[in-house]
Amino acid sequence: MESTAHHFRQNVGTALADPNLQDSLAKLKVGFSERRRQAAERLPEFEALRDRARDIKNHTLANLDFYLEEFERKVLALGGHVHWAPTAADARRIIGELCRGAGARTVAKSKSMVAEEIALNEHLEEIGIEPIETDLGEYIIQLRREPPSHIIAPAVHLTKDQVADTFLEHHRKLGFTKRLTERNDLVAEARYVLRQKFVDADVGLTGANFLVAETGSSMLVTNEGNADLSNTLPRMHIVLASIEKVIPTLEDAAVLLRVLARSATGQESSAYTTLNTGPKRPGDLDGPEHYHVVLLDNGRSGVLGTEMQEILRCIRCGACMNHCPVYGAIGGHAYGWVYPGPLGAVLTPQLIGVEDAGNLPNASTFCGRCESVCPVRIPLPKLMRHWREREFERHLTPTAVRQGLALWSFVARRPRLYRRLAGLANRMLALFGRAEGRYRGLPLASGWTRFRDFPAPPAGGTFHAQWSRRRP
Amino acid sequence: MSDAPANARAQILDGIRRSLRRGAISGPARQAVEDRLALPPRGPVISRTELAPPEKVALFCHWAETNNATVARVAATDVASEVASFLVRNNLPAEVAMAPSPQLADYDWGGQKMLSVRRGRGEASDLVSITGAFAAIAETGTLVMASGPEHPVTLNLLPDTHIVVLRERDIVGGYEDVWGLLRQRYGKDRMPRTVNTITGPSRTGDIEQAMELGAHGPRRMHIVVVRE
Repeated sequence: MESTAHHFRQNVGTALADPNLQDSLAKLKVGFSERRRQAAERLPEFEALRDRARDIKNHTLANLDFYLEEFERKVLALGGHVHWAPTAADARRIIGELCRGAGARTVAKSKSMVAEEIALNEHLEEIGIEPIETDLGEYIIQLRREPPSHIIAPAVHLTKDQVADTFLEHHRKLGFTKRLTERNDLVAEARYVLRQKFVDADVGLTGANFLVAETGSSMLVTNEGNADLSNTLPRMHIVLASIEKVIPTLEDAAVLLRVLARSATGQESSAYTTLNTGPKRPGDLDGPEHYHVVLLDNGRSGVLGTEMQEILRCIRCGACMNHCPVYGAIGGHAYGWVYPGPLGAVLTPQLIGVEDAGNLPNASTFCGRCESVCPVRIPLPKLMRHWREREFERHLTPTAVRQGLALWSFVARRPRLYRRLAGLANRMLALFGRAEGRYRGLPLASGWTRFRDFPAPPAGGTFHAQWSRRRP
Repeated sequence: MSDAPANARAQILDGIRRSLRRGAISGPARQAVEDRLALPPRGPVISRTELAPPEKVALFCHWAETNNATVARVAATDVASEVASFLVRNNLPAEVAMAPSPQLADYDWGGQKMLSVRRGRGEASDLVSITGAFAAIAETGTLVMASGPEHPVTLNLLPDTHIVVLRERDIVGGYEDVWGLLRQRYGKDRMPRTVNTITGPSRTGDIEQAMELGAHGPRRMHIVVVRE
């Protein structure tokens, strides 16, 4: 998908002024995070599992080449095929050729963030193949021609009424002329419309939550069952996964599954967790005749061995965005590319360049909630700070910010000057009127006070002054 | 740069090794990762899975019901009549698609004169399916289905209502116990084409985060636990 990350500031303005989006985000803030907390509390071993999950991913990344080769060997042994794609363009070409080779007119797709990353739908349409998104959320946004706004709940930015309007507009030609008002009716209509598309599809394309090296299996976690229909009904099953999705064994999968569902939606387990290994076997009454795995690098191998390596542990649960005050205020679209929230703030500059996406790691208060809930303990604030440093080193930071920082660091390195200036500022603020406890406007701070009041400092001088008085 | 497949593979693997500042893994380091694959270490023990068999059955039923399945516990002789009565109770047709498994064939379906049974794979028009289960996991109330000629995957997915006949002895504590059973049955390196682990009926929270049942898979799941 085309990035608009460089328009981040405008995107934020639009998001804050969108009442439908703000309604939807208000629901998100309480829903996911409260359910995650309860699920974690129900499992006494949850924190130990997070440690173990982190260690499993670290071990895998340190031996990534070995586990990828093992995985490939097992897939080949059972009659499947493995394709290596260094870039997004390679992956698009490989999948396009596979679909053409199968004589495909339509592809039933199950939600895949990696497919978004490589802009697969646009490519398939260009070569005359119709991609059909089958996850309900993805289906809704495909009809609306919008990108996903959340990695596990792609249509979380929409209200029920917006979905009802979209269905009426697009399903009218199929004979559904009534505008629906109940959620279960909307779900039932989508189920009906998509069922026939599943039956007709020539190729099923899914992502993978994990690739198990021990058995050569791709592992998929869903609630709807759409991924399972995608990998069962069509003649060909294509799995598209990035290289860091491989894990060593089924035992490792058990650990990761236990933290994944709880971190994502607060469920004890999602409805469907499926292992697929190779094509259908002799005697099987269903299943695909052809099984292909496309392994995408797209810059990830270059992240190994760098200070950013820890982001490759990510298992895409979405907990960091569910708990992020910035995501909660602006939603996913403002981030401008495939991966929103703290995950996106770290990954997007890596994948499309810090020149384009430098604003994302700056859009953080560093409150640390993301790191505190990450199931594989990725230090997201630390990684965002790395990007800020790189942006600064490369002189991408605006002049005013650079000069401000230079001035601040000059003062901060001179404690006596710092104290004197802080005392002066404190007295100046008192002069402006402390009575109300806040200021509606301040010189040089209109960027802040245009949207909110500035809190007045409490009486009694600066922190330093108070501290030296109260110290025993 | 050529985009021949062999080069793409080398490009990625060499890129990984360059970043990790080493060549292909060899010697003792390779032995260590091979040993880890051969004898997979287990994660932290989940205390709620460490139970005696009767409690395992109870825990399974608890979590299956929490996840919107319904459960009936009956003797082997009553399986067919429980299924027939479930269909009547829920106003469902007495026509079912059944997995062609010898284990299921042993129940007294002939005793249910009204029940019409078709054995084979699932079709998009099927309203009710009946399958067995390879195993079940007490930890989360999860059923484990292993695909094969005796258990077509489509029966787990296409019908509106999925009835599962589960023997008490097939209920295990946690996921790791299932991996052990799969290796025993199919061999260490040979999984069946598809292993579906299923926890309750199909659902979605994609519209305003409110849970709705029956997104693409079955709307209703009824588990008949066979007492032993």
